[in-house]
Amino acid sequence: MALTGQPVSLNTTQKIGVLVGMTGLFILVLAMLGVNLGSNAVWLTISLSAIAGGIVIFSKGLYAHKLPGIKNDGVWFKSSSARGVIGWISGISLTGFYVILYFYAEVLGLGQGADGTNTGLVALFDPLSFFLKGSQASQWFMYGTLYTVLILAFGIKFMWKYKHNRYEQLRTASVMFFQTAFAFVLPELMARLNTNDFSLPYNDMKLMWPLNYYAFEQWRVDEFINAGNIGLFFLILGIVMIFVISPFLTYKYGKRWYCSWVCGCGGLAETAGDPYRHLSSKKMSAWKLERWMINVVLVFAVIFTTAVVSTYLGYDSEKYWFTKNTFLISGGAFLVIVFAAVAYWKRDQLKSDAFKGAVVSLVITLGFFVLLGFMDINNIKINASYFSFGLNTQEYGLSDGLRSFYGFGISSIFSGVIGTGFYPILGNRVWCRMGCPMAGILGIQQRLFSKFRITTNGGQCISCGNCSTHCEMGIDVRSYAQKGENIVRSSCVGCGVCSAVCPRGVLKLENDSLEGRINPTQVLLGNDVDLMDYVNNK
Amino acid sequence: MEEHIVIIGNGISGVTTARHIRKASDKKITIISAETDHFFSRTALMYIYMGHMKFDHTKPYEDYFWEKNRINLKRAFVEQVDHKNKQLILSGGDTISYDKLVLAVGSKPNKFGWPGQDLDGVMGMYHKQDLEKLEKYAPNNKICKRAVVVGGGLIGIEMAEMLRSRDIPVTFLVREDSFWNGVLPSHESAMISRHIKNHHIDLRLDVNLKEILADENGQARAVVIAETGEEIPCNVVGLTAGVSPNIDFLKDSGIELGRGIKVNQMLETNIKDIYAIGDCAEQHTGINGRRPIEAVWYTGRMMGESLAQTICGRPTIYNPGHWFNSAKFLDIEYQTYGWVFSDKRPPEHQELFHWKHEDDTKCITIATHKDSGKFLGINTFGIRMRHEIFDRWLTEERDTNYVVAHLVEANFDPEFFKHFEKDIQRAYNSQEVTA
Repeated sequence: MALTGQPVSLNTTQKIGVLVGMTGLFILVLAMLGVNLGSNAVWLTISLSAIAGGIVIFSKGLYAHKLPGIKNDGVWFKSSSARGVIGWISGISLTGFYVILYFYAEVLGLGQGADGTNTGLVALFDPLSFFLKGSQASQWFMYGTLYTVLILAFGIKFMWKYKHNRYEQLRTASVMFFQTAFAFVLPELMARLNTNDFSLPYNDMKLMWPLNYYAFEQWRVDEFINAGNIGLFFLILGIVMIFVISPFLTYKYGKRWYCSWVCGCGGLAETAGDPYRHLSSKKMSAWKLERWMINVVLVFAVIFTTAVVSTYLGYDSEKYWFTKNTFLISGGAFLVIVFAAVAYWKRDQLKSDAFKGAVVSLVITLGFFVLLGFMDINNIKINASYFSFGLNTQEYGLSDGLRSFYGFGISSIFSGVIGTGFYPILGNRVWCRMGCPMAGILGIQQRLFSKFRITTNGGQCISCGNCSTHCEMGIDVRSYAQKGENIVRSSCVGCGVCSAVCPRGVLKLENDSLEGRINPTQVLLGNDVDLMDYVNNK
Repeated sequence: MEEHIVIIGNGISGVTTARHIRKASDKKITIISAETDHFFSRTALMYIYMGHMKFDHTKPYEDYFWEKNRINLKRAFVEQVDHKNKQLILSGGDTISYDKLVLAVGSKPNKFGWPGQDLDGVMGMYHKQDLEKLEKYAPNNKICKRAVVVGGGLIGIEMAEMLRSRDIPVTFLVREDSFWNGVLPSHESAMISRHIKNHHIDLRLDVNLKEILADENGQARAVVIAETGEEIPCNVVGLTAGVSPNIDFLKDSGIELGRGIKVNQMLETNIKDIYAIGDCAEQHTGINGRRPIEAVWYTGRMMGESLAQTICGRPTIYNPGHWFNSAKFLDIEYQTYGWVFSDKRPPEHQELFHWKHEDDTKCITIATHKDSGKFLGINTFGIRMRHEIFDRWLTEERDTNYVVAHLVEANFDPEFFKHFEKDIQRAYNSQEVTA
């Protein structure tokens, strides 16, 4: 028999929230359709306030009158959050929005007016753009604004939902702050500093390579170098973040310091995406797919970045500190040393398939480095239409081609269209889990060099499955908890929801010593010790 | 030919036995269940009705697991155990032979002969079929205008929570003068009683069910309260007055029965090669102060682990360690380690220290031996504690002064949660002075 429960219907406050929010959205649709509304400044203000206000009013109706506690009632009954009709409609609309945003920005009115001014939806955001950075809006400014508004409004909703849980509240406040300040306000304000002879690239300081895959492209590096000390500072900060700050913080706290406290993608996933967290697949097959995909993307990101950098070093090396060959050799040496160190000191923690995967990745990467050293692969020309369904018909040199393919295939299609557009179908972290190269690197660090783990509490687990169901990363948390094993998984972003939804107080996110962190033997308490020896020895 | 181990019941006890036998041997294993095709977590049934999970999520192992581990699953109802011929007779007449038989048949909800207890719309909350019935009779508050839950224990409060998640008005009939105060000390019981009312559950204390009245279609339409004669109209009645071993089919089997299936500490019944574990097993005398029958998730698991060793040729007695348990009362989590008895029937030597937070959702109670000052046990509400630490302190026979002074080591609340150890210590010390 199919168990088909029914969600409790909306209360009056929630209905008002929907009405207000939809009004705000409707204004955006009107603007997109080219309806002349009058003052853009006024209508943008009304629209954004209505969207944010609607979400907050809805949340108030949903949570304010309830006692503090877990609020998952009916998530598998609601059409919106259980892949029902509303879920599919929102998934398809979001996907459509991303396709337009990435590939058909002119539909949104980008540069469609006289002399390249904006019309339509993008024009609606012009007043805010002029206010912040002194120039007209781009589709990315529009997107960034909406993105920030959604993180703020849904962040409030999430904090309301977890009013009893300070970990959830602090982490949400943190992503709200980093999105607003670092991803939105600061870079736009910095753009104000740009003059004819001084210019910094758009720089979200928390956005690191490889998530920021264009971090070391020539135009960007050039702009930094040309901007004098300030530019140099940001360039070096970017490198220090990758090699020092990030590994250190990951060592201390796990990758959660980034993925669920700082990152913008994570920020959207944890706030606007929270209603879909339970939709991630927990099957073993999904885990196998994940391990391949995320590491392949990471290898790809390393290879194409190296190709792009070595290409411009190849013909322009006197401008930079490196020549092409010193860059390739030092990069290769770095990878070999890291790999050798891991293979030696952490050999007991690497399962054979992980070890094989790492060897194959290393060989492929080094092979490419050698190839890059001996030839200018940009002389190999490729027509992009084979890879872009005809969306792009230009010819590229191989290294530019790899970069374009990454930008298109991984960054646009994967992280945007699928990653966010498919929230209501595949869950809210599908990009973070399957495709984000940053999460890939942090994951390797977390698995091998971190104090972070989720501790289980003796014999209290009742295998109910709440932890696994509500894990947005698709980790089968229960399979560890019911054996009394610590959860040390590279994909865990430390959102803390498994611990929150556990009805028996079994799970705790902790930073503790490295010793005994991975305990593959069963340590369930309650039974006498001799028996557990038996169970573990065989 | 490898020995054929047949396990009746695919709950935590039976499945744990099967898994550990497979780890240690190549014996042929068959699990028989009449309830479901696959093992699921019974304690999670409530979350299905509440929409937190779907049935599939309650299964701890993916469906491929069983074939991969060569554990045969059979969906059938066992009518009779014929131990002379070492075979089971299934409904429909089929038989299955066994070399060793494990009875892990669990419990069934208690019914005390109330008039109307078998009407439509009346159900316990134990089997998957109970959940299906509830879904049928109480899909929403239009069809089920009110539900009455009878019996103030752990399942009763869960059932009330389930119904409230769909905004169905609930009247909760409890025999005691405060919720579960036969087990919980009175101040804890009082706090939970207030919490129940805060959830808009119509909690009626000191009342018994007299009868359930039927409508013209044979469905429940009201309950009558014994003490007052009051008739409470309702469409659904939940009977949650405890559970008892599900052993009716064994009546004439020759297996020794008490309230449950009588077993020794090796989990053997009086008949050779037949064992009983989990909810249905009854120890001749309770082990380490535990009750002879323990219908608890983890004891089922532990019995399964022990028995699997015995069956695989390493005779192992079932020897549970220090008592512990946990539950959740609506929003308030409860954990207990060691022995804390209700002050209704307190052991002579027990002295209780109680601390409660002003928000009325967190409290702890520590039991101390009056004469020696030894720490006996702790109940905690709304504060998570670390099992490992309390297990160690109980083994080390620490005194309560030590436990209170080191309480922070046992805290298992998530990071950034407010700590209350200082408050607790202050309260404890001031009580010491005045005592």
